[in-house]
Amino acid sequence: MKSAVIVFPASNCDRDAKVALTQMTGKTPHMVWHQDSELPDVDLVVLPGGFSYGDYLRCGAMASQSAVMKSVKAHADKGGMVLGVCNGFQVLTESHMLPGALMRNAALKFVCRPVGLEVEETQSGFTRKYNNGQRVTFPVAHGEGSYFADDETLDRLEGENRVAFRYAKGENPNGSARNIAGILSEKRNVLGLMPHPERVVDETLGGTDGRGLFQSLIEALS
Amino acid sequence: MTKITPDMVREHGLSDAEYDRILGLMGREPSFVELGIFSVMWSEHCSYKSTRAHLKKLPTKAPWVIQGPGENAGVIDIGDGDAAIFKMESHNHPSFIEPYQGAATGVGGIMRDVFTMGARPIAMMNALRFGEPSHPKTRHLVSGVVSGIGGYGNCMGVPTVGGEVNFHKSYNGNILVNAMCVGLARQDKIFLSAAKGAGNPVVYIGSKTGRDGIHGATMASAEFDDASEEKRPTVQVGDPFTEKLLLEACLELMATDAIIAIQDMGAAGLTSSSAEMGDKGGSGIELDLDKVPQREASMTAYEMMLSESQERMLAVLKPGREKQAQAIFQKWELDFAVIGITTDTQRLVVRHKGKIEADMPITALSDAAPIYERPYTERKPVTGTPSYGKSKPVLASLKTILASPDMASRRWVWEQYDHTVMADTVQVPGGDAAVVRVHGTTKALAITTDVTPRYCRPDPFEGGKQAVAEAWRNLTAVGARPLAVTDNLNYGNPQKPEIMWEIVAGIEGIAAACRALDFPVIGGNCSLYNETNGEGILPTPAIGGVGLMADVTKMATVAFKRPGDVIILIGETKGHLGQSIYLREIEGREEGGAPAVDLGIEKKNGDFVRGLIEAGRVDTVHDVSDGGLLVTIAEMAVPKGIGASIGQAGLPDAIPFWFGEDQARYVIAAPFAEAEKIVEEARAAFIQVAELGKTGGDAITLDDKNSVRVAVLKQGFESWFPNYMSGEEVRVTN
Repeated sequence: MKSAVIVFPASNCDRDAKVALTQMTGKTPHMVWHQDSELPDVDLVVLPGGFSYGDYLRCGAMASQSAVMKSVKAHADKGGMVLGVCNGFQVLTESHMLPGALMRNAALKFVCRPVGLEVEETQSGFTRKYNNGQRVTFPVAHGEGSYFADDETLDRLEGENRVAFRYAKGENPNGSARNIAGILSEKRNVLGLMPHPERVVDETLGGTDGRGLFQSLIEALS
Repeated sequence: MTKITPDMVREHGLSDAEYDRILGLMGREPSFVELGIFSVMWSEHCSYKSTRAHLKKLPTKAPWVIQGPGENAGVIDIGDGDAAIFKMESHNHPSFIEPYQGAATGVGGIMRDVFTMGARPIAMMNALRFGEPSHPKTRHLVSGVVSGIGGYGNCMGVPTVGGEVNFHKSYNGNILVNAMCVGLARQDKIFLSAAKGAGNPVVYIGSKTGRDGIHGATMASAEFDDASEEKRPTVQVGDPFTEKLLLEACLELMATDAIIAIQDMGAAGLTSSSAEMGDKGGSGIELDLDKVPQREASMTAYEMMLSESQERMLAVLKPGREKQAQAIFQKWELDFAVIGITTDTQRLVVRHKGKIEADMPITALSDAAPIYERPYTERKPVTGTPSYGKSKPVLASLKTILASPDMASRRWVWEQYDHTVMADTVQVPGGDAAVVRVHGTTKALAITTDVTPRYCRPDPFEGGKQAVAEAWRNLTAVGARPLAVTDNLNYGNPQKPEIMWEIVAGIEGIAAACRALDFPVIGGNCSLYNETNGEGILPTPAIGGVGLMADVTKMATVAFKRPGDVIILIGETKGHLGQSIYLREIEGREEGGAPAVDLGIEKKNGDFVRGLIEAGRVDTVHDVSDGGLLVTIAEMAVPKGIGASIGQAGLPDAIPFWFGEDQARYVIAAPFAEAEKIVEEARAAFIQVAELGKTGGDAITLDDKNSVRVAVLKQGFESWFPNYMSGEEVRVTN
């Protein structure tokens, strides 16, 4: 499996994504600078967490206009896989590659803590190695992660089984609509989620629940 | 030329004697720009003029110390060619005036001190002191400071892994915000600030210069009064986005060999960075201010030299390497300009619009700066045993203490900090010390910040010792070998002899403990004049300690892990209640002396406990500090909800036994067979040891009689902070 991690100015989980991908796939991903307008030949593109361009405008809004995003969209249009974590999820909604928006956390504060999630949809290249309804724990670390979309969109997401991860009962850290933590695109080749799977692949750090996501990708893309 | 009047001298915070000294050094009247430069360079903040004579007493050497005090940060050897670079610094005055920006720029400043030396920051800590919870400003200040620290650190992508938060009325008008940064570098890639050699280009990197923060260093060297809020314009505004770019660009430049010297522009901006680089390199520096990237039109030389705009660096490059450096900064979309050249004159020369605005010997700003042996009046340390109500129920008091402002969980604070970014945080906030893995290895750094200010007022010497001992103990309790400290000395007005004594005795206490524990001071910061309307803060010498763990998988944590473990107390319990949390929270009094620290016993007990952890024999350890033994045990029970059945051992009276704050103690929990061996070995080594009981159940039970459910304790422990911050009324305590 060949992968690339996009580096925006002030991305800050780019190294974490690189380390997790290297550890899980045995191959070092390409690190692609935001001004590059061409992507290397890869199966998976990762939009990492961070504060792209400072996020002084709406989170992810500036990044969605960057040169590299045209290529990322083209990659997805061709059926290539795209994973957006945290700020990466925000970039995906701002780019309209996923529906909805991520708003300020309901408590109006940044929140960093492990949260319980349920894997709701395993029919995807990101989640096939999990069991349906499996409970996993990933950390969140964000100030603007409250997922919002109109009811029609939410109904549609649910109707098409595109809610990949939901915050478990009592675990919603940010007021997301219908406890949604991560969603798939229509073609199921783009996943955006606020929690950080790349921070839970190493036993020493107290959890390996994120491995399933990378193992799914390896299986789907081999 | 502007004529310098006595009023101007006074407005610059200089005394008449200091101005006479300036006239002598210059051989003429200084220009207005020169006066401004003297004012900041001779300020307490930059010159350490009141403390320098005493700071010399601190031990600063050990075989593993690569760089002691005097550089932007200290450096220690952590093996395999790796170095840890760290420092703690205060941003007290700005944070009181404008809490969000004050705290944020404090974080940014200390990070620059670390990455200017070639290190990638890997962990942030902070030591925060606020006024009493019932004071009308406290909530606003807590909220602003915490979100400022988070706002900056989270964007930088450096985990904020721990720290301290205390409340006391002495900080009502003068909070303390001390931030610490720990970075990682290769030993052969450490950058210093000595601008050696003449004819080398001086380059300016980072943000543009604006009018913000002019005279910040002078403000930090004056007392506060009710009009201090008018100083808001001197507080700088932080831009973590630019800092993140600056970090990456600097590290990229440092991977080349283009740099001779580099220094961040912190307090006193362009002035101190150029003067310090010239001073350390024994060279002169000529600056052409027309070339300085400016944010605002028509800035004067005075404004540019004194601006404290953030996210800026000054570097001296090897000649001919400007283009290579410029390409890197262009990639990161940062300003880059050659603004001067090094000379062999040992003078700082500043040109602007065809005029020489300053031309002064650099040594006048460093070596020739005044040093004061300020007079001090010794106070006898407070002694004596305070009285207490003997019949007060122990478990009810435990419940009250765990839900009190200084003891309750700080989760509300640290969940606002990204503490797991960089994917190396092995021990998150809430334990004895934070543990951060050295990337790509199995070794790790343990980090803590400590001081118990309520001990430092009655006995500044023992209080200083205790701060060091507690930092050493916290590092030991996770299994790390303590290596070195950075100190952040926060005190009142040194011109008052009784305060000056607190400073002198505090430094001597720190020196004694650092020497005995082989725990040298490799850098730090003094923050004086922490007074408002003549009221000084509690003496607060915060100690940031760093230790090394060879194998992170052996790390100990505070949480009880299994039912049936034997609970063992290491160290002697004498029942010291003076200045204890118990006395303050239950009896409502702050009385008595500080607990004595026997450094020999401290070392012996700690080495014994660390040996057990390193050998993989125990994984559950907690040092005994604030609140005493029973609070320690409750803190071990709360995380996993595993209770304990324990009994008193050694003292006849319950209250001093359970709540006394004697030093050099640890609680450990281990399975029966291991525990028996540990007790035997401790006795053989003449270490005080006692078996207190066993883990298990869902309650803490004392002497098989009274009990309290862990869930009930947890409820109070976890809810004080969120309840308080959401606006709940608080009772007036201390």
